Amino acid sequence: MAERLLEIDNLRVEYHTDDGVVTAVEDLQLHVEKGQTVGLVGETGAGKTTTALSIMRLVPAPPGRIVSGSVHFHGEDLLHKRLDEIKKIRGNKISMIFQDPMTSLNPVLTIGFQIEEAVVLHQGLDARAARARAGEMLRLVGIPPEREGDYPHEFSGGMRQRVGIAMALSCNPELLIADEPTTALDVTIQAQVLELMKRLRQQFSTSMLLITHDLGVVAEVCDQVAIMYAGTIVEYADVNTLFTNPRHPYTRGLFGSIPSLDEEVTRLNPIKGLMPDPTALPSGCKFHPRCPMAGEICKTRVPQTTNLGQGHSVHCMIYEGLVPGYEE
Amino acid sequence: MENLLEVRNLRKDFQTKKGLLQAVNDISFNVRKGETLGIVGESGCGKSTTGRAVLRLVEPTGGEVRFEGQNILGYSSRKMREARKDMQIIFQDPFASLNPRMSISQIIAEPFDVYRMYNPSERAQRVQELMRTVGLSNKLVNSFPHELDGGRRQRVGVARALALSPKFIVCDEPVSALDVSIQAQILNLIQDLQQKLDLTYVFISHDLSVVKHISNRVAVMYLGKFVELTTSRQIFANPLHPYTQALLSAIPIPKVNVEKRQRVILEGDVPSPVNPPAGCIFSGRCPYVMPRCREAPPPVVEAEPDHFVSCYLVSDKMPPHVPATAHSAGDSSPT
Repeated sequence: MAERLLEIDNLRVEYHTDDGVVTAVEDLQLHVEKGQTVGLVGETGAGKTTTALSIMRLVPAPPGRIVSGSVHFHGEDLLHKRLDEIKKIRGNKISMIFQDPMTSLNPVLTIGFQIEEAVVLHQGLDARAARARAGEMLRLVGIPPEREGDYPHEFSGGMRQRVGIAMALSCNPELLIADEPTTALDVTIQAQVLELMKRLRQQFSTSMLLITHDLGVVAEVCDQVAIMYAGTIVEYADVNTLFTNPRHPYTRGLFGSIPSLDEEVTRLNPIKGLMPDPTALPSGCKFHPRCPMAGEICKTRVPQTTNLGQGHSVHCMIYEGLVPGYEE
Repeated sequence: MENLLEVRNLRKDFQTKKGLLQAVNDISFNVRKGETLGIVGESGCGKSTTGRAVLRLVEPTGGEVRFEGQNILGYSSRKMREARKDMQIIFQDPFASLNPRMSISQIIAEPFDVYRMYNPSERAQRVQELMRTVGLSNKLVNSFPHELDGGRRQRVGVARALALSPKFIVCDEPVSALDVSIQAQILNLIQDLQQKLDLTYVFISHDLSVVKHISNRVAVMYLGKFVELTTSRQIFANPLHPYTQALLSAIPIPKVNVEKRQRVILEGDVPSPVNPPAGCIFSGRCPYVMPRCREAPPPVVEAEPDHFVSCYLVSDKMPPHVPATAHSAGDSSPT
């Protein structure tokens, strides 16, 4: 078995707001093996970004609080490290690409400076070497190094995201967390960025946690997929299994909701209802009010993990034999 | 089939500091009664401006927009107000398009105020009816927009657009701000309403899968122009314009073990619509560009029945008796 680079166990994160306590992430288990790309898929409010921020210890506190659990990176629990130790890891061994390249870059600093800052801080390069590294990183992502003196607003959205990637890769991280890296981009630009990410991953064998709501992007770049709903992972499998044999009713519902480009589907088959109110999550299985398969027991009992073999696991009472399943 | 809307040589220019921005650059098309015409393109291609220009929410710089045979661009503002009863719009962002200080019933009933329709009890009844039509619970009648999630807000936007029983609705990215499971619900609603109320749509989106799913015909827009217009089946089965091909190949397909299309990665970004390239507007990024493409814009030709495209690669293969200037005459343009 490959080495586990990142292992998240029983993670629970809460936000204490005026409207009550929001449990954004509940008993989350997830791991990333060396060299793998794991997709974390879910809709707005599923807890994807909170999970990512927890790994980096960037959950805004208050109102956020990591209540329990562990995040092991190279066998060491990041949640129990001192802040100065975490700072050495952030942006160095673990780095992040954010969704919106306009707000994640500092508008009053040149992009060259912003890349150099990281390598000076983490790798102790002198000014000249840092400058050379920044130029090299820019070339790598297809931006002429002469533009290092330009400011973020002088670039288009796609180029800005490539600057974000250059910055994230500048210290040659072992783990890259990409939070919806292409969501703000047009499709032709998205294709450029995805192509770039795939190429760089091969070149540097960086492990990646890719957060997205787009199953198309997942099929394109991920090895493993975790489907997240209301703070928990409801299904986990390798990308082939998940796309050919989805088991959880929510996963199936997601596939039924996407318009197909290559098939004639006259009517979509959406999931009924809405995402639950995060301050008042349903009892039992959190998906039961929207689930077409739900039985009485789903209202009260929390589903356990069922292993279906070959690393495919699902959180659903159907596979515990407690609720009638699909007719296959 | 009868045309509800005929657009001829539509233009919309904006004067900017950097020069003249041609957001909509000489576009002609028809929308048939009862159909959905999709317009797809990337940010800044002019698709929203086209939708708004057709309704005169932005005043077109030139051209004609004939609704049921009448050129509405010549209408006085009073006459235009009457015409708008038949022509409505659903906006992209249900967070920004609903007045936060009005209740749901006030928002849906506002068109009745504008047109001084119905007495209070009729009005309340009509609001209830509309809410039922779009699948909103009656309990929400006195709620405010901030109390609703995105999907319900968009339903309010749809109910408001339906209030005056229009014949024609421009749907401007109506599902782009929504999660996939909610997006599917709204798409189904929009389709059901078309059946039930005999509506004609122009459906604008950047998402080709959504546009293909909901439309009868699809127009692909680039830098202020339509580069290709055909049935939603053909746009996928037989895309002829290099931009359409690149756009299709760029979309990540949510499937494994399928034969993926050969991906065409376009170099560079969409050029600025201020001072667009001379000749073919796509020439700057086109993988098949020829010297001629940079000189004069290619003609629009009908490559097969109901399949219009503007590219030399296609027009060169057409038999010579097809008049290359057919499009510019206007009336022989896409029907």
